[in-house]
Formats: sequence, structure tokens, C-alpha cells
Amino acid sequence: MNNVFVYCELEGNKVADVSLELCTKGRKLANQLGVQLEAVLVGTGLDGVEKQVIPFGVDRVHIFDAEGLFPYTSLPHTSAVVNLFKEEKPQICLLGATVIGRDLGPRVSSALHSGLTADCTQLEIGSFDMKVKDAEGNMVDKHYEDQLYQIRPAFGGSIIATIVNPEHRPQMATVRDGVMKKEILDENYKGEVVKHDVAKYIPTTDYVVKVLDRHVEKAKHNLKGAPIIVAGGYGVGGPEGFNLLFDLAKELHAEVGASRAAVDAGWIDHDRQIGQTGTTVRPKVYIACGISGAIQHVAGMKDSGIIISINSDPQAPINQIADYIINGTIEEVVPKLIKYYKKNSK
Amino acid sequence: MSLKIIVLAKQVPDTRNVGPDAMTPEGTVNRAALPAVFNPEDLNALEQALRLKDANPGSTITMLTMGLPKAAEVLKEGIYRGADEGILISDRPLGGADTLATSYTLAQAIKKVGDYDIILCGRQAIDGDTAQVGPQVAEKLGLTQITYTEEIISLDKEAKKIVARRHIDGGVETVEGPLPIVVTVNGSAAPCRVRNVKRVWANKNREFTTWGAADIEADPAQIGKAGSPTNVKAVKSIVFKAKENKTLTSSDADVESLIVELMESNTIG
Repeated sequence: MNNVFVYCELEGNKVADVSLELCTKGRKLANQLGVQLEAVLVGTGLDGVEKQVIPFGVDRVHIFDAEGLFPYTSLPHTSAVVNLFKEEKPQICLLGATVIGRDLGPRVSSALHSGLTADCTQLEIGSFDMKVKDAEGNMVDKHYEDQLYQIRPAFGGSIIATIVNPEHRPQMATVRDGVMKKEILDENYKGEVVKHDVAKYIPTTDYVVKVLDRHVEKAKHNLKGAPIIVAGGYGVGGPEGFNLLFDLAKELHAEVGASRAAVDAGWIDHDRQIGQTGTTVRPKVYIACGISGAIQHVAGMKDSGIIISINSDPQAPINQIADYIINGTIEEVVPKLIKYYKKNSK
Repeated sequence: MSLKIIVLAKQVPDTRNVGPDAMTPEGTVNRAALPAVFNPEDLNALEQALRLKDANPGSTITMLTMGLPKAAEVLKEGIYRGADEGILISDRPLGGADTLATSYTLAQAIKKVGDYDIILCGRQAIDGDTAQVGPQVAEKLGLTQITYTEEIISLDKEAKKIVARRHIDGGVETVEGPLPIVVTVNGSAAPCRVRNVKRVWANKNREFTTWGAADIEADPAQIGKAGSPTNVKAVKSIVFKAKENKTLTSSDADVESLIVELMESNTIG
């Protein structure tokens, strides 16, 4: 009871990376709270799936395995999680801020009347006092111990907000792929497996949405694993500017990323967006071209090894976290980087 | 066969263009510096509604928005583009709502509207990017949902079936669902058509019905701040920790020295 739960997302019988990252984070939170870590897996053909999650420090794995549970649809997965949570009363529930997590999380929070915070970039345990109304309607200080701090950039990334839900359980949060680090705790970790009677949790009337057709393609690029990233922002000026970045990336064997401003302007594919609402990256070298450095972007790249900022505005906020700053325009600097890289790599 | 369509829309500060004046010197958000706009993905949702109306003559589109009285601007904009009715949900006790209290309020208003085949809204609003209200409204109404929708392919009122293509991580999916249903529409869906000049002239001075908490029979414990499980404990503006850095010009000599330095340390190459 009152443990930390992670909803683990599945593609077939493979657990998503983001879910394993959350198991690692969940383990740390559970240790701080002195409770256990439990995982929930809902799908079809899940024999042995627990082996993928237990090494991350999961004490108990709840498995719902039946026909019709893969691919994911909203109602059956919601019922499995909601009805399990009514029995188990978790204090924390973490989900990936993926298409599935953002479809499921809100339904679960609505059904349980609990608070949910989207796209958190940090999760911490803390204690605080807050003003609440007492029985007579007077405002008094109330102390809350061991609460989940759900921390996320807000308002277009101009501020960082800490959200708490002191009076409702579970405290729910979604986190994007790559934000937390996945680390195996112990290959031989001992966890219990609970295979649930699916019909007891999911009424047959839930199977109302049919997936007629489904295409999942391997990502066209590997931003998350790239050692070098060349990223462009609004200062790149247009799709032609991005062609320059692709040229540089080709030379350096790098991937091309972008800020939200460049994506919103339609200059580059949405799936190359780096930041809180895009991909979080930790490359060896991050070359920020014409990126001003809104918090929502910085949240997704600040842990890069070396940051090089190319910007015509010496006051650009990103320069504060850069190791090298080149004051200049993209059209001027990027071709020179290509030229001198070619010259010196011969 | 004619449809009863509900579209949920929100007026939001335009966080896409947060400039240097977006923060006050005290570190709070300077709302005055951010223009209020029709939430972009709600416009994509309106377009899907208008297409359903085109394909099913006699259909009606009712727009609902919750917010300050000024939010009625999005209702008018929707009417200009082809919606039929607009209702503003606005009342002091509704203020300070998180997504859960908002979805309860919208669900109560939808129940008051009563008759509907489909409820459409944007996937998320740009002032919070949470994508929570659509699914939460669906749950409160006991309906299922299709989120991240890129196109409604077909809708058959008699068979009570809808087929839609939706975005999923790394791909697309085509799903069939029952009616009534909540559909949230992705920004990659078709953009909304522009205003119709005749409709602008005919509706310039249009006034909208306003519903308060009592009109929608809202439980006071489930609306506004009281109905919101989440609390903002702290807000801080960001100060970057400046680290030691090397500033270069765009001269050939500077760029080449950087390349050489990075190559010699095996950072690149």
C-alpha cells in the first residue's frame, strides 16, 4: 500500500525506454520515502516481460495479459490502472509523457480525482507548509511531509513551476522520453510477479475502439543517441538556413535538432524538436545555431558536454551556459566551420 | 444525416512569441505583453467540425469556451468561420481551476447542451501544453476518446461509428470508435479555413449566452481552486548560472582556431 507505481508502456512485448527511465527515478523516490516500487504492464503476450523491468529495482510487477490489450486503447488500459489503484492506493504514479501516457494519465486522474502534472523535468520529495482553510473557514498553516514536487517549465518556458497535490492521491506526473536516466540497479534484483485476472478489472464493454491499421516506423534519426548535435533556432532564418546545418551535420557525423520556434515556424520536422516538449538530449557536443535559449529548450539540452553557441545577439540567454560563443550570423559562421573542418581533417 | 457537434475552444496568451518584455522586473509573467489568441489546435478542431458539417448538411456546431468575458472573442471568431452557436462559461468561482476542475466545468456545460454526437477540441493549449482537458472531459462524460487526431476519415451517425487517423509515437494509426465520442485534434491536422466575409458582417455585433456555475449545476467543491487537486507551490524565473566561456568572433582565424582546438582534444572528428 502507498507505494510508488510506474505505468510501463509496451510496443508488442518490449517495454519502452521512457518507462525504464521512470523505474530508475521511481526507485530513488521509493527509497527516499521508504516504500516499494511497483510496475504495471498491460498488453498481449507478455510471458517473461517482468525480466525487462525488475532489474531496475521493481519490487512488484502487475501484469494484465489478454487479447485486445495491444495495441493500446484508452478504456481498457484506464480500467486496469484505475481498478488496481483503488485496491493498492499508490502515493505516486509516474507515466511517460508519450502519446499513450498523455491519453491514459488524464483519464486515470479524472476517475480518481487526483492531480496530474504534465511534462515534468524534475521530480523531488520535499516537505512544506501551506495555507489551508480549517473547519471554521479560517486560513491556517498546515504542514505536509514527504510530498512529490513536480517541477516543470511553464508559460512558454519563461518560468519554472513547482506543483504539489497535497490532499489527493496518487500524485501523478508524466515525464518525457530521455529526461530521466535509465540505470539497471541489480541484474539479480528480486521482484514479485502478480498476474491479474483481466476480466475482473476490465469490463468487456471497454473494448469499443478498434485499431484498423497501424504503422510504426523506426525513427528517421537518432537525436537521443547522437554524440554531436547541430541545432537551429529562429535565428537560422528559414528552411534554407537549415540546409546549411544539415551540411555541417553531415561533415561532423552529427544529427540536426531544432528549437520550438523553428519547428513552429514550419522550417523543420516536429520530431527534431529539442526541449521540454520535445526530445531531451545529452550529446558530447551541442552546437546551438541562432537559438536564443528559452528555458523550455535549455531544459532539453543543458546536460550536453560542450555547448557552442553561434548567435548574432551577444545577449542571447543561451550564451550564459555555453562553453564557446561565436558572435556572428549562421550564413557567415556555419560555412566557415565546414570549410575549416574539411581542411583540418585531411 | 445531420450532426450535433460541440467544439471546445480556449483563449490563450500567445506563448509562442515570448519576447524580452514577457517578464516583469519582479519576475512574474507580464500578461499584457502577450496577445490573447484562439488556441491554435482548437482551430484545427474547428476545421474538422466544419468538414463534418459540410459533409452532413443540417448539422450544427456549438462552441463552448471557459474563461474571462473577453474569451467570447474566440466564440465570435468561430462563428465568423462557420460555427452556429457559442456559449461562454464565465463566473468568478470558476477561476483558478486546474485541468481537472476545468474539465468538470466543461463536462457540466456539455451536459446542459445535452444533445451531441461528437465533441471536438484541440489536443492541447499552448499556455500549459498538458493535453489533459480533452481526455478528462471524456472520462467525466463516460465517453471514450480519440486523441492526437489528424483527420476524421468517416462518420456514420446511423451505425454510430467514426473512423479517424491519429498520430502515435513514431507513426500513425487508423482507429474506429463509437459515437458519441471526444476527439482531440493535433496541430498536424488541416489548418482552419479563414473567416467568411458575409458571416463577419452578419455577426459583428453578436452577443453570446453566458453560463455561470449555477447555470450548469456545478458542485462548488469541484470547480475553481477548490476543485483543483494541483497547487502551484512555487514559481521562479530562471537565472542561468553563467559558466566560464570563450567568446570568439566570426573571423576565419577564430573559427579555425576553434575547430583545431576541438579536433586536438578529440571532441570532434
